[in-house]
Amino acid sequence: MTTADTTGPAAGKRRLRRPKGLTAHILLMLAVVISVFPFLWTIIMATNTTQDIYKSPPKFTFGSHLLENIRHVLNTIDFFGSMLNTVVVACVTTVLVLFVDSLAAFAFAKFDFPGRKVLFGTLLLFMMLPLQLAVLPQFILMSKIGWVGTLQALVPPALANAFGIFWLRQYIENGVPDELLDAARIDGAGFFRQYWNIALPMIRPALSFLAIYAFVGAWNDYVWPLIVLTNPAHVTLQVELAQLNVGHTTDYSMVMAGVLMAALPLVIVFAVFARGFIAGATEGAVQGT
Amino acid sequence: MSSPPVTGPAAVPEHRGGPGPARFRPRRAVPAGHARPRRRGPLSYWRQYLAISPFYLIFIAFSFFPVFYSLYLAFQRWDGLGDMQFVGLQQFKFLWSDPVFWLSIRNTLVIWVLSTVPTLFGALVLATLLHSVRRFKGFYRIALYVPNVTSIVAVAIFFGAVFSNNFGLVNAILGTVGISPVPWLSNPWLIKVVIALLMTWMWTGYNMIIYLAGLQAIPTSIYEAAKMDGAGPVRTFFQITVPIMRPIILFTVVISTINGLQSFSEPQVLFANNAANANLGGPGQAGLTTLLYFYQSAFLNNDYGYGAAIVWAFFVLIIVLVAVNWRITQRGRKA
Repeated sequence: MTTADTTGPAAGKRRLRRPKGLTAHILLMLAVVISVFPFLWTIIMATNTTQDIYKSPPKFTFGSHLLENIRHVLNTIDFFGSMLNTVVVACVTTVLVLFVDSLAAFAFAKFDFPGRKVLFGTLLLFMMLPLQLAVLPQFILMSKIGWVGTLQALVPPALANAFGIFWLRQYIENGVPDELLDAARIDGAGFFRQYWNIALPMIRPALSFLAIYAFVGAWNDYVWPLIVLTNPAHVTLQVELAQLNVGHTTDYSMVMAGVLMAALPLVIVFAVFARGFIAGATEGAVQGT
Repeated sequence: MSSPPVTGPAAVPEHRGGPGPARFRPRRAVPAGHARPRRRGPLSYWRQYLAISPFYLIFIAFSFFPVFYSLYLAFQRWDGLGDMQFVGLQQFKFLWSDPVFWLSIRNTLVIWVLSTVPTLFGALVLATLLHSVRRFKGFYRIALYVPNVTSIVAVAIFFGAVFSNNFGLVNAILGTVGISPVPWLSNPWLIKVVIALLMTWMWTGYNMIIYLAGLQAIPTSIYEAAKMDGAGPVRTFFQITVPIMRPIILFTVVISTINGLQSFSEPQVLFANNAANANLGGPGQAGLTTLLYFYQSAFLNNDYGYGAAIVWAFFVLIIVLVAVNWRITQRGRKA
């Protein structure tokens, strides 16, 4: 995670009440090593040959076989095909989540329509239920409408997640001043104009957090694609990766090259947006209801 | 992925880097200054209903209805193709006497305890440390959070490789200091330890971030007073930090209970190689979690009724555990 270095000192707030704790830094660095080591070791395994990894003591340095291992991955599985599937699903899911959730959240945050409390309460209640309660009927439903094995089957269950509404409502309630909406109303702006021209531009930070949240979630999702994508030739990256692992245990370096290739795009996305994302995750979690 | 929040603790901490205007005004049922002159009929709100309808249509079809339908399925016998047959409580009776179900419950609980306790404790310690330092805060936060955005499949493959009985890194290192290979992925207890380690690695940073936000809300004067009274860092941690953080700790316990009990992908990927019993949780079914058993019953054996019974029984168990956790944490407050 060398990309993260640049953001380091900027976050340090000037606090004079404590001496710089050397012990604290040592312990934190130790935790960082544990946290980052798997990425490093994956790269080491992916750049060496399997024989080098199997050696005892194992090789601890980067090798020069990365391209060869990547070629093996590409020959064994349809890596780019499944990655394209994942990208398409993740993008479609993210865009729809942003639109559908922000629209509903705006209505919930700023308008007191009849039934609002009951409707929102139902969402909160269902957010607490384990997703697996719904998985089996979801699958039956998908097979009824003939979507089993297709990519579009991945989208609706992700959209049915109420987290985005819950989170955006919180943000809109406090982040979009009522005075502004009133002024717009006086100028003749209707509900949808207020949403599109006033609320949306003001909640951009919240939307960007939700976008990353939804994208990462869709990218990493494994259980539902495993269940519903019944055609092994037409799956997402995570399922393909799991398939690569099965039956190729003798070729670790290749499997690890696959892991690296599958994990890298997301780590980059995260590294770019990390600061805002972590701030957002904290807010959503701590502010609560 | 970070999990959706369920309930919020009372304390609202100061936020760092969070953009946007003041967000900490006490929330009102009716936002102030919002002109809402007279009560109108529901129809005049058609725009609002239209705005929430896309979500609710999907929600009803893919979340609301399925939850109840799976309860209905739990009273049927159905393979997904033929006719459904109502069997009353038979599925649950069978479940009650099914040793594999109870084994899966035991596995799930053991893995949950083995992962949640070190995760939350480690997260609290790390958050305290992180709160105390001035430099490199941003770097630490990102470096410690990054495991949480990595895909479970990638992590599980990695752990499988590192803890492999024959060629894994861990055994290779142990070998160089003369310790004979440890059967990480075949001993029933060690299997659970490896899965718990994996989950701990993934979730410590996430919980740390939440704790850190809570810590930043604690006034520094309290710590100064403690210091003046001669309390050391360990004492301060247990007698000041932990009690003040209780609501947030409770929140993370609830989240970890809900998430931790749903472990599925970890054992599924770890033992998918096991040709003889793929999807059975590895040797001795020691990694067979309840949801893995559900997956196997419903989607591999096509026993929909039994699968539905498993998830519903499991759901009841989660509720009981959350309630017990809640009680314990509440009682601790009085003591």
